[in-house]
Amino acid sequence: MSKYYLGVDVGSVSTNIAVLDPFGNFVDKVYLRTRGKPVQVIKEGLRLIQERHNDLEVGGIGSTGSGRKLAGVMLGADVIKNEITTHAVAAAHLLSGVKTVIEIGGQDSKIIILQEGIPVDFAMNSVCAAGTGSFLDQQAARLDIPIEEFGDYALQAANPVRIAGRCSVFAESDMIHKQQLGHELPEIIAGLCQAMVRNYLNNVAKGKDIKKPVVFQGGVAANVGIKQAFERELDCPVIIPDNHDVMGAIGTALLAREEVLRKKQQKSKFKGFTVTDFDFTSNSFECEGCPNQCEIVNIYQNEELIARWGARCPRWEAV
Amino acid sequence: MRKITFPHMGELRIPVKALIQELGQEALEPPKISKKTLDLGVQYSPEFACLPLKINLGNFIEALEMGADTIIMGGGCGPCRFGFYGEVQQELLREMGYQFEMLVLEPDLLEDYRRLKQVFGRVNCRKIARAIYLAIKKLRALDSIYKMVLSGRASEKVEGEVDRLYDHFLEQLDLATERARINQLHKEYSNLIKATAGPLKKGVEINIGVLGEIYLIIESFVNLNIEKKLGQLGVIVRREINMSSWLAHFLHLSNEMKLIEKAARGYLRNFIGGHGLDTIGNTVRYARKGYDGIIQVAPFTCMPEIIAQTILPAVSVREGIPVLSLIFDEHTADAGLNTRLEAFVDLLTRKKRKQLEGSIYHEQVLSGG
Repeated sequence: MSKYYLGVDVGSVSTNIAVLDPFGNFVDKVYLRTRGKPVQVIKEGLRLIQERHNDLEVGGIGSTGSGRKLAGVMLGADVIKNEITTHAVAAAHLLSGVKTVIEIGGQDSKIIILQEGIPVDFAMNSVCAAGTGSFLDQQAARLDIPIEEFGDYALQAANPVRIAGRCSVFAESDMIHKQQLGHELPEIIAGLCQAMVRNYLNNVAKGKDIKKPVVFQGGVAANVGIKQAFERELDCPVIIPDNHDVMGAIGTALLAREEVLRKKQQKSKFKGFTVTDFDFTSNSFECEGCPNQCEIVNIYQNEELIARWGARCPRWEAV
Repeated sequence: MRKITFPHMGELRIPVKALIQELGQEALEPPKISKKTLDLGVQYSPEFACLPLKINLGNFIEALEMGADTIIMGGGCGPCRFGFYGEVQQELLREMGYQFEMLVLEPDLLEDYRRLKQVFGRVNCRKIARAIYLAIKKLRALDSIYKMVLSGRASEKVEGEVDRLYDHFLEQLDLATERARINQLHKEYSNLIKATAGPLKKGVEINIGVLGEIYLIIESFVNLNIEKKLGQLGVIVRREINMSSWLAHFLHLSNEMKLIEKAARGYLRNFIGGHGLDTIGNTVRYARKGYDGIIQVAPFTCMPEIIAQTILPAVSVREGIPVLSLIFDEHTADAGLNTRLEAFVDLLTRKKRKQLEGSIYHEQVLSGG
């Protein structure tokens, strides 16, 4: 029977799972909101995959995103990879010759520069979350517009207003100010999109040589307003892959496949779909061994300790 | 007898303690840098001062609370702000109500000698010579063994073995009081570390040069153990900035600076304070040596390294070496650093693998295999 590959991306806002066939082609995806409950949502996602694909044989599984370590120990991942590498791998796989990857997710944004399919440079937002998904979410909620329609509003604008985009706090007060001056909603939203893009290009992409083809991925790529603003600023078309929202998951699934094949591993470390029935719990405590007072987290599977992290020193290394 | 304290900077405590003790005074080592040290330093420092000032201040507060009455601190004369930190810290500590004497060492050997004499009183010349000799001996053993640790972590057979040995070495070195014992420890531990070597964890050899501001490079608490993290990722860390090299430069015993200035030509011609010029010059040199990547570390608001950072993209492109710049302050978190380091190492590894596979392919084609 042929073996499929799974990728699990546990991010701050969404948790995504991608399924690839034995050759690394895309088969299916699940996109869920993390809602601050990663363990529950990972299980929920796996259950959905299992329902849709009966008796799926898993040849390898990878995790990524800010919750990659947790997902990794929960599921028994073959690879646990950071989101920069996985996004680059996925983009290069889907579009050979891609030179620039713009990725904007829930709470971070990054740029990756590639040459001949290999990342050669990258940057990630360090101090500021303005222009990421969470901020757009928040503004959509404040304006009482579903986030899915946010971008469409921007397209209707004839004269976008100029919004201060340096910082999300200032951007919000500037938006309120412009609303009170009487500007139309579409013009304010379009202005916000442009401000976000300017902020991205001046901070995250500062000093990077952006070359065509440019791929735009991550949850925010669904926003046509942002896409249009990027195309205007960069003066080139911006490609949005069909599965732009699960590229991280696709990337880590591809890496899991590569790892299993490279090591000629017979069996994946995947614990199987039965993990959805396991009981995962965690607790934490403050170590009193020294003034660092590290917060140690214990992860339990059916009351058995399977992982522990948070320490600065080797004191709690043994599980 | 005085109780003399000093700021922490990596394992500098070991030679400094030896020096103070040999000169007949009591060395009071501040508690190991911890979150508490950082919190104290941040609380009493101006916000936009860089991390070294804050941590130093935290060290001093903790040491004064333990009963220290004299502080030895490094000075300088710009353009890096560090040269003035001793004075600032003195003011801050006095405002807080502490009583102490502070000795700031400046790049003026005669003046330093005069000030040291005030603190240590009359000490005979042979004793001074022995104290300096022993301190330098410890410093050099320390830096030499640590260099082995930096490369050894990439190929240790048992995870964490090299660090365990290094910790034992530090304990023993701290206790040593004789030249012969230091030599013996140096030899013993270099053999032990050599014996841990197995195959490279990564399968390919990745060399990363760590450059930037010296305090951030040397003090692992503030750089969040970056060198250890790189070692665990299977990288050989090349780092030539340490206290031995600094001392050699300070005493005009090395021609390193000439080589750096020469390499930096075409990018930067002026001394811009701190290690800014070194960062540019060494990036060029490391690229020409064939290292795979450069990581620049600096504290937030560090003027020399900010200048260097703006020049580095051009150096990176022209010399063909990837550069990752990391800025640290009291808000820097582990998770963000891990993601960047891992991604950078992945990037270098994939590039190297492709190069190697490319050359194998090339050979096969040429040999008809």
